[in-house]
Amino acid sequence: MNDRMNFEPSRATWHMLFYKEALRFSRVGFQTVAAPVITALLYLLIFSHVLESRVSVFDGRVSYTAFLVPGLIMMSVLQNAFANTSSSLIQSKVVGNMIFFLLAPITPWGFFLAYMLAGVLRGVVVGIGVWLAALYFAPDLWRPVAPGWILAFGSLGGAILAMLGIIAGLWSEKFDQLATFQNFIILPLTFLSGVFYSVHSLPDFWFKVSHLNPFFYMIDGFRYGFLGVSDISPWLSLAIVGMVCAVLTWGTWALIARGWKLRI
Amino acid sequence: MTCAVEFQAVSRRFGELQALNDVSFKIASGEFFGLLGPNGAGKTTLISVLGGLVRPDSGRAFVMGHDVATDYLNSRRRLGVVPQEIVFDPFFTVRETLRLQAGYFGLRRVDDWIDEILHHLGLSDKADKNMRTLSGGMKRRVLVGQALVHKPPVIVLDEPTAGVDVELRHALWAFISKLNKEGHTILLTTHYLQEAETLCDRIAMLKSGRVVALDHKQHLLSPFEMIMVRLTAPRVPDSWQARIRRMEGQSFLIELQRFEELETLLSALRAEGIPVKDLQVEQTDLEQVFLRLTGSGSREQPQAKGSS
Repeated sequence: MNDRMNFEPSRATWHMLFYKEALRFSRVGFQTVAAPVITALLYLLIFSHVLESRVSVFDGRVSYTAFLVPGLIMMSVLQNAFANTSSSLIQSKVVGNMIFFLLAPITPWGFFLAYMLAGVLRGVVVGIGVWLAALYFAPDLWRPVAPGWILAFGSLGGAILAMLGIIAGLWSEKFDQLATFQNFIILPLTFLSGVFYSVHSLPDFWFKVSHLNPFFYMIDGFRYGFLGVSDISPWLSLAIVGMVCAVLTWGTWALIARGWKLRI
Repeated sequence: MTCAVEFQAVSRRFGELQALNDVSFKIASGEFFGLLGPNGAGKTTLISVLGGLVRPDSGRAFVMGHDVATDYLNSRRRLGVVPQEIVFDPFFTVRETLRLQAGYFGLRRVDDWIDEILHHLGLSDKADKNMRTLSGGMKRRVLVGQALVHKPPVIVLDEPTAGVDVELRHALWAFISKLNKEGHTILLTTHYLQEAETLCDRIAMLKSGRVVALDHKQHLLSPFEMIMVRLTAPRVPDSWQARIRRMEGQSFLIELQRFEELETLLSALRAEGIPVKDLQVEQTDLEQVFLRLTGSGSREQPQAKGSS
């Protein structure tokens, strides 16, 4: 060894953790990117084929397929952002390799940012994949009406689910606990958020319940970006989604900073 | 002078178990320090406190003068830990694993240093192999490499040779000794006494979360310093009867205070014309000290290695 002095750190330590997370999912890209795109396309194929002529959305101003595609894109973003953070953390926990970065000089913010952004990245990559593939069925979506909203809701929604994934990954000790979180919380909230239908077509009670589901606002706002029509004003959705995002940011950071289930 | 490692009254309880009980000691810069104790003594908990993996209920710990709780960025930069369990990330190759680890410490362009580490650990030909494909011993070497990749002045090895074959054990010893000679402070936890006896300057012994002994290797041994001679002969000279500690047929275990007494014993044997069939000298080692201090062995006269 030439010198026993510390190397001088030349960049933020969390960059590498983010890179590690991105490298991790790209290594298994078939499973983490290609598979969710195929799943979304199957939904699209079946639902649009069966329901195209039967369901009228936004008083017939929009075809059912055009209505469905943005919802499916957003659902893919959300599910994959969640899957990335939660599965990475639980794997590290079960295998025990979490100590590699727990022993490193990474701040709680760094830990938070690295995992959250990698989750958003995977969500966005899958979302773009679904969008490109879905153009075959709905070519009009090539030119979204208001791309700014797409970007805003896509990244905020991805961030929210990535953070929920961090919380779930930290909380779970075993894979089946994570599956519980996924099947009993994430999946119902996604499916009952108006991906496949407009909430206006629901009975009054469920219409009101839907408005308590934050996923509804993410998907409704995201859809507005593509179609220029939505169930409620995108500004209201943005305010609600922004607030949820802020609360979760603080909560997730606080859990990491406390070392919840990380440091004993 | 700054201590490389310092524990100040560190205590930690896990439910009913008092894992650490008021542990205080210092390790000077450049020392090769051994932390010994039976399984469950608190060794791993103690070093986990240094890395910030375990937070003490009370007390403080420092690495190169940096508090591991309040100044953790600086303390962790100066600390490299080789964990006891073999863990790895199955997504990456050996080189990627080391690059990532360097990156976690904010370092880039360290490929030359990584090559050097790979060379020293005999991993050069495995650099581009996936971690999954490596044998247990090879994975252990990578863990050592990961602990060194940021050139920490303090290196902690938690039972690095547990379950490792003899060849790798010797290679690791040689490498760690080399690092120590180059100025790194080494904290080694082990329950292989021979390992501690050969390598370490000072030794702390831990039992049930308490430090029961802490001294230089020689001082730790000296109160117990005596020599046992295993003599195989028809009988023992009359003047030596009182020194017999154990007797099985023609095999006698005789206690000497000093090596010089061996001469006296031999001349007594000669004088009485007793034929010696076999004679073995057995010295006190850490094992006996350890057993006495941790109370897991007999409180009686320490027995020589292999005497039972």
